[in-house]
Amino acid sequence: MNRKKWIGNIVKYTLYALVATFFIWAIANSYFDYIFTQSGTFLVLLRQHIVLVLVSSILAILVAVPAGILITRPKFKKAEWLVSNVANLGQTIPSLAVLALMISILGIGFKSAVFALFIYSILPIFRNTVAGIDSIDKNMIDAAKGMGMKPHQILFRVELPNSAYSILAGIRTAVVLNIGTAALAYVVGAGGLGVWIFTGINLFDNGFLISGAIPVTLLAILADYILRKIEYIVVPKGSRRIEKA
Amino acid sequence: MISFKNVTKRYGEEIVAVNDVDFTVEEGKIVVLLGPSGCGKTTLLRMVNRLESISEGEIIINNENSKDLDAIELRRKIGYVIQSNGLFPNMTIEENVMLVPDLLGWSKKEKRERFEYLMKLIGLDAKDYGKRYPHELSGGQQQRIGVVRALAADPPVMLMDEPFGALDPIIRDKIQEEFLQIQREVKKTILFVSHDIDEAIKMADKIVLLRNGEIMQFDTPSKMLSHPKNEFVSQFFGKDRAIKSLSLHTVEDLQTIIGLGPVDESVQDTKTINIHQDLRNTLSMLMNQEADQVVVKNDQDENIGTITIDLVQKYLHFEIKGKMSASQEG
Repeated sequence: MNRKKWIGNIVKYTLYALVATFFIWAIANSYFDYIFTQSGTFLVLLRQHIVLVLVSSILAILVAVPAGILITRPKFKKAEWLVSNVANLGQTIPSLAVLALMISILGIGFKSAVFALFIYSILPIFRNTVAGIDSIDKNMIDAAKGMGMKPHQILFRVELPNSAYSILAGIRTAVVLNIGTAALAYVVGAGGLGVWIFTGINLFDNGFLISGAIPVTLLAILADYILRKIEYIVVPKGSRRIEKA
Repeated sequence: MISFKNVTKRYGEEIVAVNDVDFTVEEGKIVVLLGPSGCGKTTLLRMVNRLESISEGEIIINNENSKDLDAIELRRKIGYVIQSNGLFPNMTIEENVMLVPDLLGWSKKEKRERFEYLMKLIGLDAKDYGKRYPHELSGGQQQRIGVVRALAADPPVMLMDEPFGALDPIIRDKIQEEFLQIQREVKKTILFVSHDIDEAIKMADKIVLLRNGEIMQFDTPSKMLSHPKNEFVSQFFGKDRAIKSLSLHTVEDLQTIIGLGPVDESVQDTKTINIHQDLRNTLSMLMNQEADQVVVKNDQDENIGTITIDLVQKYLHFEIKGKMSASQEG
């Protein structure tokens, strides 16, 4: 075994040990009790959290993927620089500020939270869609054109299958980020597991804090896992190896 | 047949990429567009299937003006092969090869049969390779697939843009031979771009030598080597063009013109060569080994004579130099 592997293993097992210690400590102090004693509330918050993430992510996918496709069409190619920078700029505004701004426009509640999360999810998806399509070998597109494929055939049979990996990676990043950021929805009164997290912070109550935060983390890990599985199914077999290389 | 009629390509007002080009690729022949980089050969090729627009003049493909046809329809009727094979990594080999027939709406059975026929042409097993993906094939195999993909819908016309340029010399040589073999069977009208003089001499029925978008000479390879029209042509083919032209002649040609040497049975373990081998390879064989002579064998594997450097030189003098000096006098 070489040195790199050694260091890797040490880091890995140290992390496992830390996580295990944390859970033992939390369970010993019965910090997870709220999940069971107030399971009704917990389920409501969990559902709110998931709905927030799902609605905002799906909206973001519906906007960002077509936008990415559109901007890579020859007609709009020139606008790519501008649009990418606007999207980048959107990302630089702190999420709390976006939430606060949304309250003044959409009022308190679900709509504001969804909108803020939606704005936040657009960039990673958009950027990965554009990068995925741009990274396709120009010779391949040339061959497709030269063989008499129509633009929509090139898009659906060549460009999208070969950039699927990149697009899905963007969606995965966005959703995982989104699950974490959705905890802030509490600030605009949209509920979610953020309610317990912020309650815990305000009351110095580790029980609430951990009962809120750990499910958020697990949700993020679960989403990542599911999306990886989807990725494996959607990305064509022939393109998979190339992306790795 | 592909006819270029006073074809010009301009980018903006200033840049002329192709200037007043006029030639015809006869039915079933290979014409190679040859020239240094930036001479407009690829642009010229891409104007045929309208990947580049034509500024002036017209291109007639099998009696139809390319301008009058729908670009998509036109392209589906023209086989197109590019240097970096352009195979789609997300599709299997069979899907790649059968793409144009698929676009044209062929039935499953027709596609299946055509695929099997094409794979037989290049000597790959249809069952085994059909389900594989491009990355699972070697560079040479990928390029072969690129070539048969262009043949898939049996187009009368093919465009090949440096199709073998990315392959290593040994594989390239083999695939060129193989392709010529296929061409003898399918007899397509082919426009072929190359910057490799040897490849052009080998593949071409006629060569179009281009410089700065203008035709320097349009001729058969042997004419071009023996009767270069101007300074550029003779320089482009180089001082060794007499030797290059040897690859256009076979041992058989030499036998009919000046005859082979007698077989000396007492000499053991000399190399042998087939009578259809070209003289250039023969010459390099003679020069690479210690022996003074190589035994020539016919297709029945009989020794029919020997060949020496002297004989090749004599042939070169009679056949090629003779022509060249005749042209200079004339």
